[in-house]
Amino acid sequence: MATFSLNVNGKKHQVDADPATPILWVLRDHLNLVGTKYGCGIAACGACTVHLDGVAVRSCQLPVSGVGDKTITTIEGLSEQGDHPVQKAWLEHDVPQCGYCQAGQIMSASALLESNPNPSDADIDAAMDGNICRCGTYTRIKAAIKTAASN
Amino acid sequence: MTLIKTKQGRRSFIKVSALSGGGLMLGFNWLASCQPSVKPEAGLQLPDEWFDINAYLKIGNNGVVTIFSPNPEFGQNVKTSMPMIVAEELEVDWKNVMVEQALYSPEKFPGAPFGQFSGGSRGIMSKWEPLRVAGASAKQMLKEAAAQTWEVPVEEITTEAGVLHHETSGKSASYGEMAAAAAQIPVPEEVELKEPKDYKIIGHSKKNVDGLDIVTGKPMFGMDNQTEGALVAMAVHPPAFGLTLKAIGNADEIKAMPGIKDVFGIKAYKEGFKRGYFDTNAFPELAVVVGNTTWEVMQARKALVAEWQPIESSDSVIDRFGADINVHTPAGLENTVDHNQQMEALMDKPGKVVRRDGDPESAFKNAAKVIESNYSAPYLAHNCMEPMNFFAHVKGDKAFVSGPLQAPGLIEPTLAHSLGIPEQNIETEMTRMGGGFGRRAYSHYMVEAALISQQVNAPVKLIYTREDDMTNGIYRPTYRARYRAALDENNQLLALHVKAGGVPESPLFANRFPAGSIDNYLAEEFAIDSNITTGAFRAPRSNFMAGAEQSFLDELAEAMGKDPIEFRLELLKRAQENPVGKTNDYDASRYAGVLELVREKSGWGRNDASMHRGVSAYFCHNSYVAHVLDLTMENGKPVVEKVTCAIDCGIVVNPDAATNMAEGGITDGIGNALYGEMTFKDGVPQKNNFHQYRMIRMSEAPKAVDVHFVQNEINPTGLGEPPFPPVFGALANAMHKATGTRYYHQPFLGEGISLG
Ligand code: FES
Ligand code: FES
Repeated sequence: MATFSLNVNGKKHQVDADPATPILWVLRDHLNLVGTKYGCGIAACGACTVHLDGVAVRSCQLPVSGVGDKTITTIEGLSEQGDHPVQKAWLEHDVPQCGYCQAGQIMSASALLESNPNPSDADIDAAMDGNICRCGTYTRIKAAIKTAASN
Repeated sequence: MTLIKTKQGRRSFIKVSALSGGGLMLGFNWLASCQPSVKPEAGLQLPDEWFDINAYLKIGNNGVVTIFSPNPEFGQNVKTSMPMIVAEELEVDWKNVMVEQALYSPEKFPGAPFGQFSGGSRGIMSKWEPLRVAGASAKQMLKEAAAQTWEVPVEEITTEAGVLHHETSGKSASYGEMAAAAAQIPVPEEVELKEPKDYKIIGHSKKNVDGLDIVTGKPMFGMDNQTEGALVAMAVHPPAFGLTLKAIGNADEIKAMPGIKDVFGIKAYKEGFKRGYFDTNAFPELAVVVGNTTWEVMQARKALVAEWQPIESSDSVIDRFGADINVHTPAGLENTVDHNQQMEALMDKPGKVVRRDGDPESAFKNAAKVIESNYSAPYLAHNCMEPMNFFAHVKGDKAFVSGPLQAPGLIEPTLAHSLGIPEQNIETEMTRMGGGFGRRAYSHYMVEAALISQQVNAPVKLIYTREDDMTNGIYRPTYRARYRAALDENNQLLALHVKAGGVPESPLFANRFPAGSIDNYLAEEFAIDSNITTGAFRAPRSNFMAGAEQSFLDELAEAMGKDPIEFRLELLKRAQENPVGKTNDYDASRYAGVLELVREKSGWGRNDASMHRGVSAYFCHNSYVAHVLDLTMENGKPVVEKVTCAIDCGIVVNPDAATNMAEGGITDGIGNALYGEMTFKDGVPQKNNFHQYRMIRMSEAPKAVDVHFVQNEINPTGLGEPPFPPVFGALANAMHKATGTRYYHQPFLGEGISLG
């Protein structure tokens, strides 16, 4: 056990945890931020995607000891009112089916648009191929990313 | 207007009312605690007081209506479409509707075990009448209340968008103003239902009621349960099918690990329990680790040492919804290679004849040409994105359970037996499921969670890791089919012969098309017992047979020199005008209807040398679906450019959500056809996570999906499953056009090959 201070969604938190604990479980079990999902635990599904200093990372692979003073943004902190352009586009296209993968999809998509405001289809495929949607909402995800890009 | 009996007397209403006002037995309801019980949409004010009208709805004194969605939600969007149906008959403005997931209640939602069942594409179909009656009864009670208050005849009262009017007196009142009085009105014995032409909500797309919560990451899944003081549990199951737990070797050592509370074994069923049809469970004995946090429990379970021993073969009697069936479970460690050999051997022996029309044997003897093709498909894992999990709090003789499940009515009797408490002492909350696909109809994990809670005497959240989820599966069975066709010297079809089988069941539907369209027809089947657990997977059996049948018809059309759509339509014409046999279970005209619609919408006749097109049509779950799939080849790799889809599922309640479901089914079908596969070696599942189990991804999804619905006023039928099975054939047929090769064996692409 060790104590870590984390900056999550603009707030400072102290957590006591095994240094090897992935941020995914720190968020979910210690900070009660359960929007970030567990899907595989091995960086193969993208459900756990968060932003680390604005870059999309798989939180299941990031030990709490490796965060340092970098800032973490989760789906809960992406916007105050659920009105980030990507969230709005998701609602406009009514993307989700079961919804379980969508926090990860939105975090990957918003990081993509941050670094590449006008992505091509190939750019979208490359950025989103790590996010599985078992329900098969890919066509809507792509359309929503394009809508968000155009806004 | 249609008059319909409500089947709901005053007494049943009182019972329902009392229940809906009744408190929660353990005084805690997780979903209600983490979400406001109503969700104020922009501008919606919460009422000061609610009035229970019936099991499906309550009305606030300010006119806001809460509609309870009875069936669990796993992405099929019933949580939006079911309330839409109630709102339609209630004549309330959708803007004033809030939606809540109902708790499991066989009293409120009769028809157990299927009263609140999500599966078999039967949700909307089975609830079509009860939902409309619930809305119409409430509207009638509001009208009666207004009539009594205003002292005017009830027939003179009209309703519109949540307001009651009496034209001659000029009086009007909102539903909210009349709600208190309406709650005192006896439930009408008979109500009028609207005609489809008058629908204002049904048939008009509404957004997912949980959309905002999903995109903002609100807790709503079983995995998200954050009950104060709850412990985390994980179970260790045998590494191979055919093994069971013998002993836990190092419990004391594990208990000493950080954050670990307890280590023990559980048995899912008590001695002498007669299992139900959905109590499928390969590993009823498990080793369990309970601790404070997920990560700590994960570490501890890795260190746990358990001893396993072979199971003995057994014969058991299972209760299949009131009828006994015998099930043989062999001992041993099974292998996919052996299964394949066994199926091939049985394929060459006579099977059990399940349908024979005319004289197929003579037709084959006299044939100028016989075309034969063999098809196969492997086991599939469901791989719901949210792994299996459940929350349970057992306290004395009471239990509160909460989590993802498709079939509460099927598991609750089992849970009561295993816990040794009465069924009515169990309260079951159904969380939004991160996918189901059939897997969550087998909720043994709920029983496991409750037994663990009982043992540690604390609230517990049981979590399966992805590896647990994939290797403790209730898999889609593995199947084989052989199709043979006899042609005469003019290439006319004389006879068709299908033989199909699998481990542990046959996939055959002997009375489905093309049965009924061919004079000489023979259908045979076989099955092989196994200890690998299998069960429903999106469109059970159809998910294999459709691909085999529709690929074979394509091959046959080619051999006969016919256009594949035209050939199918000819067969369907025969089935329509002069059907062979009396047990055909499809409507040939609706079948032809979707083929004609997809031909028109896809521009089938279009001549485009670079576009390789495959067609397929199938009927299952009472609905008809046809696809045309367009492929191009880029750098030697197939790319799915577009899928055009025509569906006849009767009235479509929520068109955009229905389109989403069809898009998803198509993408899922392409993924499973190309990559889906689970194999076994000495009983051990050979894949345990997504690095090994290939799933379709964004770059491989169709670039466009164009969904069309046949417009009619037939009562709604299934939609979650029907678009899935025909994808396999459409893809195989398009790939044949693109590559010149027929694709008979799933998965069509091995490891390392991908779509472009
Ligand atoms: S849970 Fe992290 S990538 Fe799947
Ligand atoms: S919406 Fe269900 S997994 Fe993506």
